[in-house]
Amino acid sequence: MNTNAVMQLALYLAVLLVLAWPLSGYITRVMRGEHLGPTRLLAPVERLFYKLAGVDAGRETGWKSYAVGLVLFNLTGVVAVYALQRLQGVLPLNPQGFGTISPDSSFNTAISFVANTNWQGYAGESTMSYLTQMLGLSVQNFLSAATGIAVVIALIRGFARKSLETIGNVWADLTRVTLYVLVPLSLVVAVLLVGQGVIQNFRPYTEVQTVQATVYQTARLDAHGAPVNGADGKPLMVDTAATTQTLPMGPVASQEAIKMLGTNGGGFFNANSAHPYENPTPLSNFIEMLAIFLIPAALCFVFGRMVGDKRQGWAVLAAMTVLFVAAYGVTVWAELAGNPALQHAGAASSLNMEGKETRFGIVASSLFATITTAASCGAVNAMHDSFTPLGGMVPMALMQLGEVVFGGVGSGLYGMLVYAILAVFIAGLMVGRTPEYLGKKIESFEMKMTAIAILATPILVLAGTAIAVSVSAGQAGVLNPQAHGFSEILYAFSSAANNNGSAFAGLSANTPFYNVMLGLAMWFGRFAIIVPVLAMAGSLAGKQRLAVTAGTLPTHGPLFVVLLIGAVLLVGALNFIPGLALGPIVEHLQMIG
Amino acid sequence: MNLSSQLRPALTIFVLLTALTGVLYPAAVTGIAQGVFPNQANGSVISKDGRAVGSGLIGQNFTEPRYFWGRPSATGPMPYNGAGSGGSNLGPTNPALFDAVKTRVAALKAADPGNTAPVPVDLVTASGSGLDPDISPEAAAYQIGRIAKARNLSIPQVEALVAANTTGKQWGFLGEARVNVLKLNLALDALGK
Repeated sequence: MNTNAVMQLALYLAVLLVLAWPLSGYITRVMRGEHLGPTRLLAPVERLFYKLAGVDAGRETGWKSYAVGLVLFNLTGVVAVYALQRLQGVLPLNPQGFGTISPDSSFNTAISFVANTNWQGYAGESTMSYLTQMLGLSVQNFLSAATGIAVVIALIRGFARKSLETIGNVWADLTRVTLYVLVPLSLVVAVLLVGQGVIQNFRPYTEVQTVQATVYQTARLDAHGAPVNGADGKPLMVDTAATTQTLPMGPVASQEAIKMLGTNGGGFFNANSAHPYENPTPLSNFIEMLAIFLIPAALCFVFGRMVGDKRQGWAVLAAMTVLFVAAYGVTVWAELAGNPALQHAGAASSLNMEGKETRFGIVASSLFATITTAASCGAVNAMHDSFTPLGGMVPMALMQLGEVVFGGVGSGLYGMLVYAILAVFIAGLMVGRTPEYLGKKIESFEMKMTAIAILATPILVLAGTAIAVSVSAGQAGVLNPQAHGFSEILYAFSSAANNNGSAFAGLSANTPFYNVMLGLAMWFGRFAIIVPVLAMAGSLAGKQRLAVTAGTLPTHGPLFVVLLIGAVLLVGALNFIPGLALGPIVEHLQMIG
Repeated sequence: MNLSSQLRPALTIFVLLTALTGVLYPAAVTGIAQGVFPNQANGSVISKDGRAVGSGLIGQNFTEPRYFWGRPSATGPMPYNGAGSGGSNLGPTNPALFDAVKTRVAALKAADPGNTAPVPVDLVTASGSGLDPDISPEAAAYQIGRIAKARNLSIPQVEALVAANTTGKQWGFLGEARVNVLKLNLALDALGK
């Protein structure tokens, strides 16, 4: 790492901690139902919601009721986003007159945004109306984030409570986190982004007269609009000159803010956060990176506060940070070392600028790529498909670890707490004691749920990849040859099942095969973890909290941090080293060889 | 627990939160944005003689020797297509990437035969968005001789314009230094040569 790379990281982590700590105090009190400061003004809105919904916010439920409510709520979201896409042609706020989206693409996108994945098979600026973006996609950015936070709060309550049957009221949790946390934060971030140049309007796309005409080739058409083939059977090409450029418009900033804060990652435009209208300056880039980790980091502190031992939150955060810094080191090293082919082709250096923006350069692009895949965000400010083999392997591996290095809002922490349970279980086996975490005995039921939660995504990734590489519909989407082509498919399933949403975007995934396969991977990758986690929350809430004795494994010190990192890496390595060897590692050897 | 008792809150809370986050929130952001930052909110459009000629944030395609060239753009069907952003997505070992870079190096050298300086890498690699408005200061410096010759300007004249359109790292350390190609070319045209 050079000095610039170290400085940008150090500043990032420092500002992140300074912001996350106070936010954690705020979130803790909001989730208890307290109203503080100016949020009192919103309290009547909250009460009105409960009244209209017939909800008694003070009445908590057990885990089953909580889970059923949450799944129903999310299914409603799938239906709404699907319907909006199918009907957008006849709905308002569609100045470009985009038509209806195909059923398989609508299915994929609906699940994608509900499951906090935001995988995108479509190109936003040429397919989605403002109404669909705003009322469908942007709304799910909020609601999927609220879902993740609600689940982790329920799990933390399970640890914090003694001998209780309930884990919370799902409707109160969803309403409070959206109303008091996500909306105000998004408002602030959105306005900051507009100040840097992110657009926010409802105008039709603007045509401008370019300084120089652009000559490009298009297929020659006959009188009926069909392409004309030449003697060699290929379409005849003619020179066409464009003297105008289309500037896309839309309500971008409002979506951009929650896209980051909610670790969603679905871009308004096809190029996502590489697009100058989504991410115009190095400062907007810094704000977006902060917004990605802000809530996941704060939730670690919320955890410490709610279980009554702040050191527990610090320990989890420390484990995440160590993994994150190591991953960043590899990415930035690989991208700076670059691609020897560029130099062989005549460029002055091998710095890997393919797919990267000048204003971000190598360092800010590598940092962004590490953050967006450590968290389950999936926004990109550079094209991961064009990263060096090892520079692209790190984002892939971070997803395959289960998105627990900060991870998605809520989902990262509940994922990491599942690993914490696995870690104390392994430690318990080694010393021959019943494992406990935070005074709760970890027994057979908890371990079954842990096993389901940890194994669900590797099964989806490995089985999905295996099927896709074996059938022609799967092979057809690949852009790059050889090992890199395999990496494109492995990346796609790693991204979908772990709800990240970034892509090796050379893969043409907007086909019925990939839309359905990846749609299923996203749905089960989300809810095959949420349901067992809620079940565990219910079971834990019902247990006594045991007193700390001399034989208790302390879970707030460096030893536990190492143990936790070890558990995460062990499971990840066992599942994915063979796959990574076939893709990025082979390609790296080819590149330097 | 029963399913039907959960249905009413699920639907009602969904509709209410949709109204809050999908209608009120974007409306509020739009109101503030249009009130406080109207220029940015509407695309940072640059006008010349009362006519919109581009955006300060969106790059344009330049191929004539008398203009500074920007990053290669992989958008289709034409480069710098504002209605279809995206990168090449070519992998590092893809022969197509090697060939593309080689062709671009040759084009730069053909446009400026006397120039023996090494070709900056950002000038021959496609950007992520296909709409990158900037090049590195090195990429601008590489082209100064060509521009000066094509426009009958002195090297210091062109250098001064490049310097005027160069932005340093933000706050001295964020991101990278860069030169806005469209603004620079508009400044060249404004010289009247």
